[in-house]
Amino acid sequence: MKKKLIVVGNGMTAVKFCQKMVEAGLLNQFDLMVIGEEPHYAYDRVHLTDYYTGTDVLDLHLVPIQWYKDNQIEVITHTKVTLIDKHNLTVELEDKSIFKYDTLVLATGSAAFVPPIEGKDKDGVFVYRTIYDLSLIKEYVKGAKKGVVIGGGLLGLEAAKAIMDDGIESTIIERNPWLMGRQLDKQGASFLHKKLGEQGLNIITDTNIARVLGDDKVTGIEFIDGTSIETDIIVISSGIKARDELAIKAGLEVGKFGGILVDEGMQTTYPGIYAIGECALAAGMTWGLVAPCYEMAEVLVERLKGEDRSFLGTDMSTKLKLIGSEVASFGDALGSTPGAIPLVLENRFTQVYKRINISEDGKYLLGGILVGDASDYNTLLQIYKNKIVLPANPESLLSTQSQGGGFSLSVLDLADDAVICSCEGVTKGKICNAIENDGVTTVAGLKKCTKAGTGCGGCVPMVDDLLTAVLKKQGKDVKKVVCEHFAYSRQELFDIVKLEEIKTYPDLLAKKGHGMGCEICKPLVASLLASIWNEPIVKHQQIQDTNDKFLGNIQRGGTYSIVPRIAGGEITPQKLEVIGRIGKKYDLYCKITGGQRIDLFGARVDQLPEIWEELIDEGFESGHAYGKSLRTVKSCVGSTWCRFGLHDSVSFAIQIENRYKGLRSPHKLKGGVSGCVRECAEAKGKDFGIIATDKGWNLYVSGNGGSNPVHAVLLASDIDSDTCIKYLDRFLMFYIKTAAPLTRTSKWLAGLEGGIEYLKDVVINDCLGMAEQFEKEMQFQVDTYKCEWKEVVNNPELRAKFKAFANSDQTDSSIKFVPIRDQKMPTPC
Amino acid sequence: MENINNKSVEWHKAIKAIEVPENGGVAVLIEGKQIAIFNFTVKGEWYACQNLCPHKQEMALARGLIGDLNGEPKIACPFHKKSFSLESGACLNDDLCNIDVYPVKIEEDFVYIGL
Ligand code: SRM
Ligand SMILES: Cc1cc2nc3c(=O)[nH]c(=O)nc-3n(C[C@H](O)[C@H](O)[C@H](O)COP(=O)(O)OP(=O)(O)OC[C@H]3O[C@@H](n4cnc5c(N)ncnc54)[C@H](O)[C@@H]3O)c2cc1C
Ligand code: SF4
Ligand code: FES
Repeated sequence: MKKKLIVVGNGMTAVKFCQKMVEAGLLNQFDLMVIGEEPHYAYDRVHLTDYYTGTDVLDLHLVPIQWYKDNQIEVITHTKVTLIDKHNLTVELEDKSIFKYDTLVLATGSAAFVPPIEGKDKDGVFVYRTIYDLSLIKEYVKGAKKGVVIGGGLLGLEAAKAIMDDGIESTIIERNPWLMGRQLDKQGASFLHKKLGEQGLNIITDTNIARVLGDDKVTGIEFIDGTSIETDIIVISSGIKARDELAIKAGLEVGKFGGILVDEGMQTTYPGIYAIGECALAAGMTWGLVAPCYEMAEVLVERLKGEDRSFLGTDMSTKLKLIGSEVASFGDALGSTPGAIPLVLENRFTQVYKRINISEDGKYLLGGILVGDASDYNTLLQIYKNKIVLPANPESLLSTQSQGGGFSLSVLDLADDAVICSCEGVTKGKICNAIENDGVTTVAGLKKCTKAGTGCGGCVPMVDDLLTAVLKKQGKDVKKVVCEHFAYSRQELFDIVKLEEIKTYPDLLAKKGHGMGCEICKPLVASLLASIWNEPIVKHQQIQDTNDKFLGNIQRGGTYSIVPRIAGGEITPQKLEVIGRIGKKYDLYCKITGGQRIDLFGARVDQLPEIWEELIDEGFESGHAYGKSLRTVKSCVGSTWCRFGLHDSVSFAIQIENRYKGLRSPHKLKGGVSGCVRECAEAKGKDFGIIATDKGWNLYVSGNGGSNPVHAVLLASDIDSDTCIKYLDRFLMFYIKTAAPLTRTSKWLAGLEGGIEYLKDVVINDCLGMAEQFEKEMQFQVDTYKCEWKEVVNNPELRAKFKAFANSDQTDSSIKFVPIRDQKMPTPC
Repeated sequence: MENINNKSVEWHKAIKAIEVPENGGVAVLIEGKQIAIFNFTVKGEWYACQNLCPHKQEMALARGLIGDLNGEPKIACPFHKKSFSLESGACLNDDLCNIDVYPVKIEEDFVYIGL
């Protein structure tokens, strides 16, 4: 007969335990039942903040609900276990039902610790631990202007960033003299402090709260020195405490500061009852990160299998998720090992702080702290964890690898048991095995087969490096192929299409690919065909992404947006009226975009040709807001009106926007022209930026806004307008021909061997001898430009494709709107 | 997996075959139900599935890109690129629930869908 095993708690550790039980084949010895108090199935608490920013609960589930069913694991949600009767081997639930067990596993996690502050029970005070907590905060925050987070640790910063990003003026209050006291030293914390302060987060450290102010609702916080601040909402994040209440009631031994005491095999002080995860007091302490919790789950499964595995504690290194600055700490971060020698790099200019602690004999890395730039985290962590003997000049570890300097460690040098993914405990050996013996050749494949990189994702770059290195070692070609259908890189396909004069996707697939294609190679080839032959993209409708297929950006609810070109952001009052009239006629939501033009949202697919026909009649053309192509060239008003303007930036911006409009490229392209160094057009945040000087123009390239902002770098200074355009032609064509798919110019330049100096050589000194060809090719693009929408509007066959249903003239009745500030928006789902 | 061919299906005449673009798809309305039909010209096969993407409940699949994963025909939703097998309906890159897929036959230049 199978034994009954009950798991109390359905959190991250519980589900990991279940998964390991399944993998170990133990489900033919045990019937598994999981009882959790939360209404949800186990979800990814590590990414809880994603729920706050809009991710579905379903997307956070660690395994689909069906998985439990498929494996015959019984799950009870929304019900707390209230009692353990350890003599009769039963548990009682809050609904009074009773279940018998042979083996009991406590995985009750922890709860947020709430310090005994006067007034903490007022409305508007929350903790940050469960989906339910966050749903309450999300609702309450709508009526709030100011927010306070109590606790400046890892979680507190995450919470503060989340509410700050929601538009709340946020303040962090930390009792200790600096932020993240467990992970950072005073200097490192000061860098972080400054950076977060610049982003608009208020930070108060070294202070004690006297009480929460307000009648029923929170209105402020008073400190013991009598001062106070106003706030509408308070999130307490002052640490966690193990949920050991059930264990205490059952008479199991717990630690002085909480936590269910377990031995190396995860057994509590009573045989047959085990505790794993954050609720356990294991190897002398409780553990607040998911990696050790997962290891405990694994140890217990091994023990149940009869094997002799022990939990002896584990590394608590962490790289912080996005909080506005990169932060990581690992090993003995604070250098408390006797004799430890700290080496420190402080760069106030780039706001980077790095500290590594070296052993007394200079041989080993003990731990360290990275603030502002954590790109070396993985390498340093591996050096530390695997006790790799340091070079004679250990300070080289402090210079950034990506900048060419530094101590480089090949992933292949690591020992086979070096842990690459700590969340899932995946070793280098396991990953290599998957590549060498199971024939896995992609990172996605490795994620699926080894689970490496599926937790916090921090190790993905390392997994990628390892994959490349192992394949290379095997003598396999490691070029980045497009996808399973084409064994070529984008650049190679570019040359093939051009040299073999291939004009359609099916033709290319038949000659050079295999299978039926997919959503990766089809749009890529569409972009190549457009870049090379400059034919209207509607000719290749079936291989375009939806935005290019219907020449508009698809919106929530399935309608499209309409963005006419408004070159340089200049528009006449008459044209404004036209947009107003058309917007009104079709009841479109109207908004000024971040790119100095106007977006009309909410057009049904069948309305698009009609609306564009009217716009075209009035002299507008497509703005290509949907394409991987030139978007806008922003301008400032320049010398025509501005008292500081050196040249006419508007005219130049319009000229350039019109020159490159419709140009298809690996990713979208944006430009800007400013009339003086005040830079009101934000040109340096663009793929190319032109700034007037008293002698001409300065041309900057490869800037980027978006999630990883980069300032453009100077390519040429004090050049005249013609030279500027010539250089731009060359720069853009070179980029279009050599960049990987979906790579903006900033990423492309970062990966370009020789960097900006090489680019200058190509563009200015013509070291490749290609300049003339680049210019000719660009001129061909300019000469063959056609407005895509005009093509559609005037072609009945193309026009006919713009309808909701091929067999009916009905419109899509699932599209619904609700009012918002005198306009409309899609009905929220 | 349930074999949809064993159920007695009712065939619905949906649309002329030439109205479905080569290597592309369209949405049709059959008895008020939105259905996506795909014409895999490279392979000479036809497939049909629900138009609703289970990810964010968008009526979108017909507007996605078709292709294959190791030979298994699939559709990638245009919204967030979740892919679904057009043979089993299973989600290929996530743990989303299956979509409904329907049998298709071509008779006298017309596409028929079995519901
Ligand atoms: C409409 C607009 C927001 C607004 O209301 O202001 C917008 C809307 C979208 N942006 Fe943007 N971006 C808009 C200006 C910007 C800007 C500001 C600018 O251009 O000066 C940026 C930062 C500058 C930059 O690109 O470097 C910007 C950075 C992004 C990014 C991040 C790019 C990156 O390299 O990291 C994406 C994602 C992408 O392209 O992959 C994005 C993607 C999108 C998409 C296309 C996402 C999508 O596929 O649905 C949004 C389409 C909305 C829609 O349905 O039309 N949008 N987006 C702006 C249109 C400008 C225009 O007139 O064409
Ligand atoms: C916002 C946030 C961000 C985080 N970020 C990171 C990070 O970046 N890296 C990292 O390593 N860790 C992070 N963590 C910590 C990580 O989430 C935890 O280490 C992990 O969830 C612990 O898993 P667990 O199963 O032990 O506990 P939990 O996931 O808390 O699960 C315990 C479950 O048991 C239930 N339960 C308790 N008592 C009972 C009972 N009597 N009856 C029934 N059910 C009960 C609880 O309701 C809960 O659902 C973060 C945590 C939070 C809150
Ligand atoms: S418009 Fe841009 S920033 Fe705003 S939600 Fe869409 S993609 Fe994100
Ligand atoms: S709605 Fe289909 S993938 Fe998101």
